[in-house]
Amino acid sequence: RFTSRPQFTNCPTMIVMVGLPARGKTYISKKLTRYLNWIGVPTQVFNLGQYRREVVQTYKNYEFFRPDNEEAMKIRRSCASNALKDIANYFTKEQGQVAVFDATNTTRERRGAIISFAKEKGYKVFFIESVCDDPEIIEANIMQVKLSSPDYENYDKEEALVDFLKRIDCYKMSYVPLDEEKDRHLSFIKIFNVGSRYLVNRVQDHIQSRIVYYLMNIHVTPRSIYLSRHGESELNLLGRIGGDTGLSSQGQKYAKALAEFIRGQSIKDLKVWTSHMKRTIQTAEALGVPYEQWKALNEIDAGVCEEMTYEEIQATHPEEFALRDQDKYRYRYPKGESYEDLVHRLEPVIMELERQENVLVICHQAVMRCLLAYFLDKSADDLPYLKCPLHTVLKLTPLAYGCKVESFYLNIQAVNTHRDRPTNVNVARKPEEALQTVPEHL
Amino acid sequence: MRGADRSKNTQNLDKRVCMTNCPTLIVTVGLPARGKTYISKKLTRYLNWIDVPTKEFNVGQYRRECVKIYKSFEFFRPDNEEGLKIRKQCALAALNDVRQFLTDEGGQVAVFDATNTTRERRETILRFAEQNGFKVFFVESVCEDPDVIAENIVQVKLGSPDYTHCNTEEAVADFMKRIKCYENSYQPLDEELDRDLSFIKIIDVGRRYLVNRVQDHIQSRIVYYLMNIHITPRSIYLCRHGESDLNIKGRIGGDSGLSARGKEFAKSLGQFIQSQNIHDLKVWTSQMKRTIQTAEAVGVPYEQWKALNEIDAGVCEELTYEEIQQRYPLEFALRDQDKYRYRYPKGESYEDLVQRLEPVIMELERQENVLVICHQAVMRCLLAYFLDKTAEELPYLKCPLHTVLKLTPMAYGCKVESVCLNVDAVNTHRDRPSNIDVSRLPEEALLTVPDHH
Repeated sequence: RFTSRPQFTNCPTMIVMVGLPARGKTYISKKLTRYLNWIGVPTQVFNLGQYRREVVQTYKNYEFFRPDNEEAMKIRRSCASNALKDIANYFTKEQGQVAVFDATNTTRERRGAIISFAKEKGYKVFFIESVCDDPEIIEANIMQVKLSSPDYENYDKEEALVDFLKRIDCYKMSYVPLDEEKDRHLSFIKIFNVGSRYLVNRVQDHIQSRIVYYLMNIHVTPRSIYLSRHGESELNLLGRIGGDTGLSSQGQKYAKALAEFIRGQSIKDLKVWTSHMKRTIQTAEALGVPYEQWKALNEIDAGVCEEMTYEEIQATHPEEFALRDQDKYRYRYPKGESYEDLVHRLEPVIMELERQENVLVICHQAVMRCLLAYFLDKSADDLPYLKCPLHTVLKLTPLAYGCKVESFYLNIQAVNTHRDRPTNVNVARKPEEALQTVPEHL
Repeated sequence: MRGADRSKNTQNLDKRVCMTNCPTLIVTVGLPARGKTYISKKLTRYLNWIDVPTKEFNVGQYRRECVKIYKSFEFFRPDNEEGLKIRKQCALAALNDVRQFLTDEGGQVAVFDATNTTRERRETILRFAEQNGFKVFFVESVCEDPDVIAENIVQVKLGSPDYTHCNTEEAVADFMKRIKCYENSYQPLDEELDRDLSFIKIIDVGRRYLVNRVQDHIQSRIVYYLMNIHITPRSIYLCRHGESDLNIKGRIGGDSGLSARGKEFAKSLGQFIQSQNIHDLKVWTSQMKRTIQTAEAVGVPYEQWKALNEIDAGVCEELTYEEIQQRYPLEFALRDQDKYRYRYPKGESYEDLVQRLEPVIMELERQENVLVICHQAVMRCLLAYFLDKTAEELPYLKCPLHTVLKLTPMAYGCKVESVCLNVDAVNTHRDRPSNIDVSRLPEEALLTVPDHH
């Protein structure tokens, strides 16, 4: 029942960031890590700045980064070596598959040391270099993420900006970018000016190919993603899962309220996506704008349990019901799907969401949980229990290194369809224990 | 898929995500023997398979129609005024056909396959595209490895209509001089000068890529595809699971185990694979018992793909065709009317299958030697991709049990060797009956059902 997926890679991979400060390395590191974890590849970021902050408790000024500051150089080298040790530990003791080494790595010497380390341990290395000389982009970066850094707690804005620009200068002198010729034996992607151009060299395997595809699809243009479920459906009212019914009268009211809400948001060039199921399509129809249907957005297939109430599932499949509570993420309904399967089929939707700008996705409870988990970096354990109530729109706006979430309940009554994990998940449990957390229904 | 118009009778009105809102012109760039036609044909095949109507326009072919007999490389000399005039005319004729395909015939992508080595020629194309509202994406192939070029020439040029009357040495010598004619005026796409254009530069058969200004979803998919294909020699083995218990009963779908003969096939498959001495073979199965049991007998590690599971027949799962006719005569007829797009109630269509198999195809492109143990409908979809079959042909491709198909990429296509492992099995192939009308008689519907218990 809990079957394995094809291997993305057969040996651990180190992704090594390269670039001057404020080139988006940490942004890329965190986003890529979030994506890889979501598709099931255990990944972790190792940010050198953090190691440095632990050693040098208080940041004074840019002088720490001067290339002639021997004392600081010693500290920085030892931080790098500690980070590499932790990476080795992550791979060997914690079953990590990908480690993202987030640091400037601007000299050939530093990169050489990392390559030797990886070679010795049998890790693959893939470099991601971000090159940008647009002063506006750099300044925007600094404003968004540097000024709020712990380094600049006691600075005012202008002073922080001035100091950071001097910090960048410290690296510029010794910066040796990856070179098409000299580094032709390395595997890397060079990203120019936030994605207008890419140079890709020697992609070795499947995971590197996926990483390149992902990096080439993300952008930083401001936009918002709206996630909502369909309006309350007939089966929702009856407490039945799955199926393909139309909207209840409350659901129809929600569809109209949603239309009004969307109009009120005055969104530029909004794309609307639904699944192939009646209830999302009927909800979209009320908006009066063109929408696209994605089969991949269909609700999780509950197989033999389709259209049953939880009470009926307990009565007819008590063991299955318990197994599901034991591992809701990986459990697959007989003749149906698991949340893990859902994530797999939603991956192209996520990829296209990354490419797009303003989008409203009208989907279903399990589907919305999967999408939300991607944007909010939720674990496989948390994902199946994320709260996605009916008649509530979530507005996600990328901000700094994460996502701002605004929740809009449109004030149209609906049943609750959220079943929490009960305390007793043992197959030997009593029916009342299994049904303890079932929400009310007709 | 080419040729698949939406059937008005199908109740499955599914709108697909718009790949692009205006037609795209893909323009190849590169010296002769750099793989432009190989890339054009492969890309066209892939795009059509994922349902983006695409067609290639090879200027060389237009030239051959104009200049009936090819004499020598002198035709391509940059100082051959007559030759230049003809070649320009051919390019314009091809562009005219491109316009017709994209504007009048519902095409979405046109691949303009020619050298396009001068900035001047590319400017002409850009102007043409702008006038007609087409997006342009350049695909340049740059290669200086003499071994690769020599191999190209041997594989595809010697067999060209241009060289039917030459022996190998003469043909190679002439072709090398032909390449020389282009070299002096070749202006590769430039990072700086061409920074406003959308393009991918493929260097040394995929060792390195330069990608500039990807504009939309289709270009992003094209780049991803081009970065995953390779030309390392290899073979792909396709077969179905061994005969299953439900197969014998004439029932579709389900998740049963192998019959006795199916187990025999699995053993024979193991022996066959051993005898082929395949280097580094990967074995893939679906997540259904019958493919897994088949792989077990081969005795090598295998990976399970849910995407390789058989088409979901929804309410018709585990029924015989006779039962389907009895319980769902209307559905049965609708399926015969448009087998590619028809979706079983609570199930899938072949069209859905292709979509879920796309990542499998992408990974097959990345891999080298692979044995895929799958199912009838799945195998038809995969085969249609490799052999460039239309949506009409796909659902009726013959994929009998206990037969292995060995596909080896060759020149611009795929060599197919069919190996029947001599273990008896039921026939599960149901041809399209003559009467597909909803009002037909049961006997007419069941005319082509293969025998079973």
